[in-house]
Amino acid sequence: MAHTEWKDAPGLPDFSLLKRLARDQLIFLLEQLPGKKDLFIDADLMSPLDRIANVTILKQHEVDKLYKVELKPIVSSSDQLCFLIRPRIQTVKWISDVTTDEWNFYILPLDDDILSLELPEFFRDNFLEGDQRWVTTAGSALRLLQSVYGSFSKVYGIGRCAKMVYESWRELMEDGEQRTRQPEFAKVFLVDRDVDFVTPLCSQVVYEGLVDDLFRIKCGSVEFGPDVTSSDKSIKVMLNSQDKVFSEIRNEHFSNVFGFLSQKAKNLQTAYDKRRGMDIQQMKAFVADELKGLKQEHRLLSLHIGASESMMKKKTKQDFQELLKTEHSLLEGFEIRECITYIEEHINRQVSMIDSLRLLCLLSITENGLLSKDYRSLKAQYLQSYGIEHLLTFANLRQLGLLEEQQAGETLTVMESKVGKLVNDKTVGKLTDAFSSLAKKSNFRALSKRLALVPKSGEEYDLRVPRDMAYVFSGAYIPLSCKLIEQVLERDGWTGMEEVTRMLNGQEFAVTGGSSSSEARSKTDAQRIVLVMFLGGCTFSEISALRFLGKERGCRFIVVTTAITNSSRLLEALLDNSA
Amino acid sequence: VSRAKPEDDEYWNSSKFKAFTFDDDDDEFSRLKESKRAVNSILVDDDDDEEEEDGVERVSWSGEPVGSISWSVKETASSIRSGSEQSFPKIDTTPSLSKQGSGYSLSSLFKGDLYDLSPEETVRRMQKGRAFSLEKFRSLQDKLLLLDEAVAVYDGNLITAVLIYLKKSLSKEILFRELMARDVALRHYVHYLKEMGEQKLLVDVHILLMQYKEHLNIKDEGQRRDFLKSCLGLPFSQDDATHVQDHYTLLERQIIIEASDKKADAEIFKKFPRKASILNMPIITTLYYSCFYHYGESEGTYSSPENIRKTFRISEKQYILTALGARAKLKSWFDVDSLFNTKNWLGYTKKRSPIGFHRVVDILQKNSAPVNVLQEYVNLIDSPELKLSVALKYKCHDIVINTYRDLKDRQELVVYREKLERDSPEYRKIQELLNNVQIRWKN
Repeated sequence: MAHTEWKDAPGLPDFSLLKRLARDQLIFLLEQLPGKKDLFIDADLMSPLDRIANVTILKQHEVDKLYKVELKPIVSSSDQLCFLIRPRIQTVKWISDVTTDEWNFYILPLDDDILSLELPEFFRDNFLEGDQRWVTTAGSALRLLQSVYGSFSKVYGIGRCAKMVYESWRELMEDGEQRTRQPEFAKVFLVDRDVDFVTPLCSQVVYEGLVDDLFRIKCGSVEFGPDVTSSDKSIKVMLNSQDKVFSEIRNEHFSNVFGFLSQKAKNLQTAYDKRRGMDIQQMKAFVADELKGLKQEHRLLSLHIGASESMMKKKTKQDFQELLKTEHSLLEGFEIRECITYIEEHINRQVSMIDSLRLLCLLSITENGLLSKDYRSLKAQYLQSYGIEHLLTFANLRQLGLLEEQQAGETLTVMESKVGKLVNDKTVGKLTDAFSSLAKKSNFRALSKRLALVPKSGEEYDLRVPRDMAYVFSGAYIPLSCKLIEQVLERDGWTGMEEVTRMLNGQEFAVTGGSSSSEARSKTDAQRIVLVMFLGGCTFSEISALRFLGKERGCRFIVVTTAITNSSRLLEALLDNSA
Repeated sequence: VSRAKPEDDEYWNSSKFKAFTFDDDDDEFSRLKESKRAVNSILVDDDDDEEEEDGVERVSWSGEPVGSISWSVKETASSIRSGSEQSFPKIDTTPSLSKQGSGYSLSSLFKGDLYDLSPEETVRRMQKGRAFSLEKFRSLQDKLLLLDEAVAVYDGNLITAVLIYLKKSLSKEILFRELMARDVALRHYVHYLKEMGEQKLLVDVHILLMQYKEHLNIKDEGQRRDFLKSCLGLPFSQDDATHVQDHYTLLERQIIIEASDKKADAEIFKKFPRKASILNMPIITTLYYSCFYHYGESEGTYSSPENIRKTFRISEKQYILTALGARAKLKSWFDVDSLFNTKNWLGYTKKRSPIGFHRVVDILQKNSAPVNVLQEYVNLIDSPELKLSVALKYKCHDIVINTYRDLKDRQELVVYREKLERDSPEYRKIQELLNNVQIRWKN
């Protein structure tokens, strides 16, 4: 069993402080508007706000009615209107003539070891549009963490955005006051999402990952429908370490979950049965001390068994086994033709718009692009099955390097050559460059070999007693991002990894900060806590893998992410098939 | 990776795969079902309290937890609908002096002000939310310095703010020329224009697709069709031009089919009323629709499957898959049969399929095909292992029995017999085989 708690684990910093800071500041801002006011909230901020300041608190500060920001005329009976928004152009345009202020909400703690910036748009804005509007936000988040929890002594990173965030943070630090206090975590690792696209594209098989893939966890909570609750009601549950049942199965490979839940059910039965043959005194004690806990456990157990059943049903229906087989083959580079046939049929049967796309991207990345004939044929079939308006989606994926043709160099299209006649060629070239990604070759196979990401097949992989991080993908693949983190921490930098960084198109860095030298030797708890910041999103599989890695290395990882992501969210952010 | 290709069996038996082997008689799954029963049957005869425990929130009829922000918003919204409308009150726009230093107003971005600062200092002030002025940067050089400084601090909002100013105060040509030399700023500008809906200002390959994308904003299908037609002249790549052409042709045909089918009174429309219009559906969906409602029509009509197949160059595999789905849904087993008939060179009819017959069986089973129909296609599966596993999955007893008989596997027959009803014909068939002394069983 992969337990999250282990002996000698370093204690984690208290992140509820961040919530309190954000809440106190919000209250302060609300009090700047004394009297009755209506509050308009950005849709994406509603869930995070709920975790920070609930309706009662808002009402206590004279918020009368709550509305969702929808870009249409407002009807309100209040004299004062208050808008809580993210600085997006559309929204700002809609609200004109107001006084603005900044609410320093940067980080939402989703759990003891997960912090989220709740910025799902970061991925598309930064990596597709090349818009760095959120870089300072990320830098500010780091600064906030530093000011509350102490200075970091070492920063490692890889990726263009990681570099920018680091620079941004450094600049912010220069302006602010330096507080010297004992740091609660010493090392930080910044990583761009596009350093590893393979991992978020794989189907998840650890429990929490599966729940996210199938039910969509939002801001740390999930909604389970009637098929899970076995009633006609839906239920919304928080999923974090407070749920004792969940915390024991969340990182487990799904195949271990049943066994665990069965055992727990048996134990529960035994505990309940104790009641028989109790005298009044014992009964009273039982009711006072144990019953509440048992009832809660019963409820949670019921819920998770229901969820597991539902997941099982859905997955068998979808031929999950065959799907996984194809994914594993792609990761391994084995029987690629058969994989292509499978993907083609998947598209032909119109199984799922997102999943078909996901498989195409996985094929492209692992194979360094599709053969031209395959690209054109599969694209045509995809457009036939799911709609020609997906032309734009394909353009986006191509730009990001997620789905492309194997071709040396870009040839000018007819359009570009036409324009070239009107303007000089240099300008046209520039235009093309500006819009194509700093497109990198994928190099997955070489990387995989160099870093031993795909364990040798033929050897039995015991999922009950996992031997490495590959267990999060059934023993088929070690997440690249996590492997990089492991290697860099081990080497305390990038030495010896030149080949790897070259294959990842460079942009790696390792910096030692100010106060470190004496603390570097000491084995304080802080030295054993590493903050990992994913720019562009992070999956539950990666979080589980890092928890495993932490246990192996005797350290704890705190994951900071711009948002929790998975294959669906990643691809949906890149769809361009609707107005 | 070059390696000797192991047997597929190895994979199917490996741990990677086993993790998800969930057959009905799998121990783990039935244990889980048992656990569920056990948990649910635990009677809590003491006490009342239906009070909610941590983590499980009470939900309202809309599924939102009571007391949460989203619930409050919904409540307000629904009460508004039933309440009376009030007009939008005037907002006081004069910045109050007492707010000095606590924030900056958007309009102050463009008001002239007294400060005389360098680009660096101005950008710093912008970052800190203090009052500032951009107006003073009048010369082109000053403006560019300002832009470069904004880029240097990596503040996206700042860059956009400066760009807005530059857009106002510089000619399009000059602005564009200068942006050519500044990658980061250029990307920002493009994104900003897209968000403002002013992408016509760009001259780029991307603009073709943005132009094409406009069709999504046109609700009326006739207008949308006309718009798509106008896109045909755009200089797309060859492949993309074909796709856009297909899109236009498709919508054009769909409009015609829709008009005709809407008032159609053929038997099939009565028996299976249409659930939605065919407009704007993908090609394959349209083909399915056609195979469902217009099967067998002559190639001359736009609504016939043959016409669609030819016009959109649909592969044989795709066509058969789609037609199979539609005809199976209608339980037209005869039509299904015809899909796979080909004549070999001697003139004999043979069954052939571009998709594996196990797939065919899957689709038939999903459409509740009777066992005798299923068996016919299970028998056509080439690989003996696959045939057996499919037969087992769909309980095609005869095939299972015959296979075990051919393999001379007595033990499996015995095991299988126990799954059958006593005195059923299949049960008796096994009995007969087992009692047959002439068979040389291997076990």
